[in-house]
Parts: sequence; C-alpha cells; structure tokens
Amino acid sequence: MRRDQMSEITVLAGTNRSGKREGFDQIIIRPGDTLSIVGPTGSGKSAFINDIEVLAQADTVTGRRILVNGVPPSDEMARDPSKKPIALITQSTRVIADLDVSRFLELHIEARKQTHIEDLIENTIALTNEFTGEQITEAMSMTALSGGQTRALLIADAILIGRTPILLLDEVENAGIFKERVISCIKECRKTVIFVTHDPYLALRTDRRIVMSNGAVVKVLEPHDRERATIARVSEIDDLLWDLRERIRSGELIGEEDAIDEKIGVPA
Amino acid sequence: MKLAIIAGTASVGKTAVVRQIIREFREGCNPAYVKIDVVRAFEDEELREEFGIPTRKVYSGDLCPDHAGIMVLQDAISWAQNLGSGLLIIESAGLCLRCTPYTTQSFGIAVLSAVSGSNSPLKMAPMIAQADMAVVTKTDLVSQAEKEVFREYIKEVAPSIDIIETNAIQGTGMRYLMKALSAYPDLSDAEQIVLRGSPPLGVCTICVGKKEIGWQHHFGVIRPLEEADNIYRGD
Repeated sequence: MRRDQMSEITVLAGTNRSGKREGFDQIIIRPGDTLSIVGPTGSGKSAFINDIEVLAQADTVTGRRILVNGVPPSDEMARDPSKKPIALITQSTRVIADLDVSRFLELHIEARKQTHIEDLIENTIALTNEFTGEQITEAMSMTALSGGQTRALLIADAILIGRTPILLLDEVENAGIFKERVISCIKECRKTVIFVTHDPYLALRTDRRIVMSNGAVVKVLEPHDRERATIARVSEIDDLLWDLRERIRSGELIGEEDAIDEKIGVPA
Repeated sequence: MKLAIIAGTASVGKTAVVRQIIREFREGCNPAYVKIDVVRAFEDEELREEFGIPTRKVYSGDLCPDHAGIMVLQDAISWAQNLGSGLLIIESAGLCLRCTPYTTQSFGIAVLSAVSGSNSPLKMAPMIAQADMAVVTKTDLVSQAEKEVFREYIKEVAPSIDIIETNAIQGTGMRYLMKALSAYPDLSDAEQIVLRGSPPLGVCTICVGKKEIGWQHHFGVIRPLEEADNIYRGD
C-alpha cells in the first residue's frame, strides 16, 4: 500500500495520568478530516499527536494504540519516516542543516526519489510564500529563516514533497502564518490535519474538537453547523486583529479613529 | 548473559537509551552497567540510584577510552556473571569515531543525534558500519525532511543496518530495539570475544607523549599535509 492511498487512522483509548480509562473507545480519522486538540497547557495535547506520529502500540506513557486502516501498522511503516503517512510540525521543529532553501528541498526530493526536481522546488517555495507574509527565496539559508517562514516551508514541503496524507500541526498559529490559507489549502488537497491549538478561530474551523484534561481525552465535540454563525463572527474579529497586528508591527499608532469598539460590536 | 555495547559521540543521548533498556529488562534480567569515561562520569551513580542495579565506572585517564574499555571488558564480564546478571551494558565514552568498541558475541548499538547535522553519519562511518543497530535520538526536534535525509546517509554508510528513530527520553520507537536485543543470543565463550573491526594503525609518537607539532618531529606513522592520500609514510 502506498502512503497516499492510506485511508484512515484509528486511535484506541489509553489512560489518564491517574491510570483511569479515557472518555472514548476509539476516534476514527478519515482522509480530509480536520480536527483540533484543545485544553490547558500540560493537559496532554502534544502527547496525543505524538502518539499518532509514532504510531504508538501501547508503548508510550498514555497506553494508546494507533491503527492504520483498522489494523496495526507494519513495522516498515512505523519505522521508516519516508513510509510513514504522517508529518509532525511543532514549534520546536528546527532545521539544523546549514543549507540554502533549494538545496534543502533538493535533498528531501532526492531522499523521496522524486523527479522534476526544479519544478517541485519552485512550487514548494511558491506555496510557502502563500502561507507566510515574509517571502522566502531559494537562495536563503535555512538557518536564517524566521520561525514563521520555517513553519510555512515545512508545511509546504510536507504537502508537495513528502506528500504526506496526514499533517499534525502543534501550535503553528503562533508563528505568524496565514492560517486561513493553510487550512483551505489542506482542505483543497484533501489532507487530514490535526491542530493542537489555543487559537479560537482555528479550533472553531475544524470538524471535530478533542478536549483534553489530565493527560486524557475527556470529550470529542462535533459541532456540525451549530457554530456556523460564531465562526463567521470570530473570523471578522480575527481579521481585525490580524490587521491591527500588521499595523502595530509596521509602527503605527492605533487611535479612536480606528473605531475598534464599533468594529467588534461592543455596546457603548 | 547478553552483552550490549553502546557507542556514540558525547551528548547524543546514550544514557537515555540505556535507561530505556534497563527499564525494559529490569524484571527478570538483572542488568549490570559499566560506564567508560575519560575524566569524570556520573551515569553509574545515577543509574544505581534510579534502578538499584549494579553499576561501575572506569576512568581511562591518559589511555584512550576505547582502549581502556577493551582492556577491562573480560573482567567486566566476569564481574557481571558473578552477580548473576542476564545483561551487561557497556557504555563507551564516545570520543573516537575510528576505533569502534563493538565486539563479537555482543549487540552493538550506535547512538546518533538527529540534531548533529545531516552529514554526521558520513563522518562517523566506522562507528555505524560495525554496529548492529543505529538509534537516532532527538528526532522530535528536527523536520521530517531532515529525518529522511539523515536516514538516507546512515544507509549510505551501512546499507543493511537496522535503524530506529526515537525521542529516547520518552522512549518512543524503542520497542524495536528491545525486540532485537531480546532476540540476540547470549554470549557463549567470553575467552573467544574479539573486536569486530580492525583498530587504527598502531600508536604514534604523539600517543606516547611527544608534544612537538609537525611530522618532521615524529616517526612511525606520520602524514604530511600534501600527501594526505598516503595512508602513512615510514620514518
């Protein structure tokens, strides 16, 4: 089976920090699903996506097991990163290699034994630049990229070069990437994505929300259309905040003429 | 008794790997541990305190630590056997990439760190090529792309080596190491154990204490800059 033909991931429940069983039997994640993991710091959000990334077989602290298409993954899939259908991108994910962008991408393309190297490098850089406000070029050094640029490049790399069907993104919203563009691109490409997030807008935009506490899943919410009106409203607030952030970053003063209260509809 | 020999440069996470092995084999295997180091080492005390297992350390001082390890290995095996241990773990100091410490009748583990740069497997070829398994640590800190490139380079050095990727602190991915170590045969005859690889070409005058720089001041195994392709030139 090729990685990109992989259809679904099943998470089987483990236990919380006190050894009590989690609040679900199984969570099935199908191609194109979007999920968010929410909960306070230290509640086990990152451990949840780490379990998926390592295709845990009751061998991590949580005791969860991960099935691929309903069966335990093969050793080869679990062990060889190029056979693994999953890319994990975290805030601490670094690029160590002291290479320029195009050589870095070229090495990854070679490791994947893909062809049309030049086109692929060009497309990956173009997609990266859709995700980040600070444009990158192929001659830039990987180690000199900002946090946001690195995150954007790694997401584009996972989509186009890794062709990974499942993306796990751990608090990427803090890196200043265009999250709306990322989420719509992921949906267009029928990728599965799981966001660990503290960002209300991102959490609302996903199909399902997994709520964590004390190392365990305590709830799985499927809001369907019930939050639609809220999403539209939060989107406006988010746009407003984005605009403010950009203006503050460029050195502007924000005053009464900006009518913030009016824009977010605060009663006088 | 099984013998496991763990090598890898400083700070790659050798002891984190050892901790996971001890955790797995503590029940029923009575693991014993020997650390070889140059000047100071604390791992023996930490592991003894944490797991209550017999541990020792050897300071090599002026001797090369891999040489020191080879010198004491026979005694270390007798020590562990007398304690009724089912698994002796030897952790090297991790200095030299040339004279690898793996022996016959032992399971050799090369520990590499994913954050050491993707070329590093190419630089430490003998340490990897003579091992049974390469354990790549700190993979949670690097990008997917770099993990894949790192793996390709290990394969270039040792095409058939078993590779596992891990965050050794969490122990993710270590089940394959445990499986392979469990399946590895006990040592059969300690008297017959020999080094897997050939040691370097004998001592040089720097090894025996001459401090002058430049090949003109030395004899035996010497190498001028412009003849770097020659293996050595006799005096």
